[in-house]
Amino acid sequence: MHRAVPSLFVTDRSYLDHAATTRMLPEVRERWLEVSQLVGNPSSLHDSGRRTRRIVEEARESIAADLVTRPSSVIFTSGGTESDNLAVKGLFWAGEARGKSGVIASAIEHHGVLDPVTWLGEHERAKVLWVGVDAVGRVDLEEVNASLATGDIALVTIMWANNEVGTVQPVFELAALCRSYGVSFHTDAVQVLGQLPMNLDELGATAVTITAHKVGGPFGVGSLILDPDTKPTPILHGGGHEREIRSGTLDAAGIAGFAVAVHLAVKNQRDFAQRVQGLRNDLIARVLAEVPAAQLNGEPDLIGNLRLPANAHFTFANCEGDALLLLLDAAGIDCSTGSACTAGIPEPSHVLLAMGAEAKASRGSLRFSLGRDSKIADVDRLLEVLPGVVERASRAGSVRSRA
Amino acid sequence: MKVLAAMSGGVDSSVMAARMVDAGHEVTGVHLALSKTSSVPGSRGCCTLDDARDARRVADKLDIPFYVWDLSEQFQEEVMNNFLEEYSAGNTPNPCLRCNEKIKFLALLDRALDLGFDAVATGHYAQIFEGPLGKELHRAIDPEKDQSYVLGMLEPWQLEHALFPLGGDTKGQIRIEAESRGLLTAKKPDSHDICFIPDGDTAAFLRRKLGDQPGEIIDVETGKVIAEHEGAFGYTIGQRRGLDLRVPATDGKPRYVVDVDINARKVFVGSPALLDVDQIIGVRPTWTNAPITDQPVQCHAQVRAHGEPVPASAKMVGEDLVVDLQENIRGLATGQGIVLFEGTRVIGSATVERTRRVVRT
Repeated sequence: MHRAVPSLFVTDRSYLDHAATTRMLPEVRERWLEVSQLVGNPSSLHDSGRRTRRIVEEARESIAADLVTRPSSVIFTSGGTESDNLAVKGLFWAGEARGKSGVIASAIEHHGVLDPVTWLGEHERAKVLWVGVDAVGRVDLEEVNASLATGDIALVTIMWANNEVGTVQPVFELAALCRSYGVSFHTDAVQVLGQLPMNLDELGATAVTITAHKVGGPFGVGSLILDPDTKPTPILHGGGHEREIRSGTLDAAGIAGFAVAVHLAVKNQRDFAQRVQGLRNDLIARVLAEVPAAQLNGEPDLIGNLRLPANAHFTFANCEGDALLLLLDAAGIDCSTGSACTAGIPEPSHVLLAMGAEAKASRGSLRFSLGRDSKIADVDRLLEVLPGVVERASRAGSVRSRA
Repeated sequence: MKVLAAMSGGVDSSVMAARMVDAGHEVTGVHLALSKTSSVPGSRGCCTLDDARDARRVADKLDIPFYVWDLSEQFQEEVMNNFLEEYSAGNTPNPCLRCNEKIKFLALLDRALDLGFDAVATGHYAQIFEGPLGKELHRAIDPEKDQSYVLGMLEPWQLEHALFPLGGDTKGQIRIEAESRGLLTAKKPDSHDICFIPDGDTAAFLRRKLGDQPGEIIDVETGKVIAEHEGAFGYTIGQRRGLDLRVPATDGKPRYVVDVDINARKVFVGSPALLDVDQIIGVRPTWTNAPITDQPVQCHAQVRAHGEPVPASAKMVGEDLVVDLQENIRGLATGQGIVLFEGTRVIGSATVERTRRVVRT
């Protein structure tokens, strides 16, 4: 049945899409394969079960220690989307039971948050208050404050950093603000892990979403780091494996690999950020110098912690993102028009629209995101082809009519 | 060459893409998403989720790049809205012809050329040969599958950049080839219907979209109202089935729709002899190669995708294409495409604007 395409594992690509996913770390793979050989279900009461359970609990403690939180805060899930759904729906329903029906969310959330919030508004009578962003993609604390002051808010959910343009949000201030109102605060930190320092004790949020595969862990495992005193309404019922909040047999091998990935991401964060930021800044400077149609989106301060260090995001005047992507793809460069969408059908970016871009411009953008194995040679290769690609795409993007 | 292969997810375009790879071209596969909501249960059209997936899996097997391009806005505008407008105006359009004209060989081809591709290849059954005056479009060798009619509006610049690698084989051969290549689409059923009307019930589709517009069905021989209808747009000149007439004809023979007056909401029925047409006036002519002038040209005219070609003489009179038929055509609605052939070669096409009946009512 299974027959590998010979070229599947042999590629000569410049992979500049690490924000979509990044290669699994060898240390992770080793641990993952090792644990995959065990037989016990971590919920079983016998010796084999206890052995697997022990691995899960050690992973929980390891992740908690690395992110400066309590082990009991770490709820394992299937990844970012599930964690986001659990936080958004679960905390809304829990708040609703106490008579609160409002949800505050930023307009630039990842679909993992955007869609459940929209769904709650459409199907669960949630009163949704969308908070806008400025031209660089940052939410306004005052606007959040004003929305909180309207009362009966169940949940505020605002991402730590945006996945498309890389703008870092004032989450410490947001968390403090929510605490002062006694309102739950969730933040999607999927893009932040390994990129910025992450001290969750200091942050003091109610719930934080992270996922393994963005930091060299396996696909299909992640966590909602949840304040132990908070009990969201579950979205998956059956067994109550994780604190009666999340059900489903735990993927012990995935979780063990996840813990290794988190540990290395946190341990190497400073060095990684410094190295990748230098490379990223070089990329941005050269693109802006050599491609006149390029405009940098997001935070212009490339030195501090206001922008994810590995993110570069441009709009190319008169181009369509998917035309650019196809041409770069053919030239051996992997990048993204924004967040990968399941249907493969490009839509204008809701993030750029929220930042005030026109619908047309919001289709003509590309994200380059660097990672552990990115090299100057990748940037060189990109710059070799990008001017020609943009030139060609701008011709394809212009509307022409043939009689 | 750099070839963009339009992959619908059917057996034909799968074999087409495989042949393009074998021919040594640098092939990129594209599936056109023509509808935002593409999961119509039981649909046999060309834009379902299954089809997109099948196209992707064939591209995987061929190891070629593959993309889904969203042309749903253009399709809505140029094909579906046009379809409804034409029916509302009392015409009977051919949406497949329109889709080839406006989507596959305009929007898609334009984009492909702009992106640096040399040609667009499709799984249509037709053939292109190099002739003394440039590229010539010819019928496929399989008369059952020949699709030269729905490509009849292609112009020289489009033929220059079009590839139809299946036209020299029969459908049976293509299926066998798909099987031997191990393509997962080898056993997929053919799609016959209009892709956005998967159940094939055009009249019901039009009623849903245009609403009920009840009116009378009139027998032209007696002048009497013999039935009611829910919308004149659901009737096409030449139609016999589904009339549901309760009053028998005076001669006892079946009656046909012989005329439709959309504005008055009247449908006229009568004997089939009234349907016979001996002259067609076409507008918006297109030429695959050298145009027809005011000098009459002996040719064959075809007015339906699988209709019989009839001998005719065609010439231009001002802006209009005038086609004098040497054998009558029975039942021809306005809005249909007329395609002219010289032997197997397509000369050009036009849209039927008026017809002349042999028996005048």
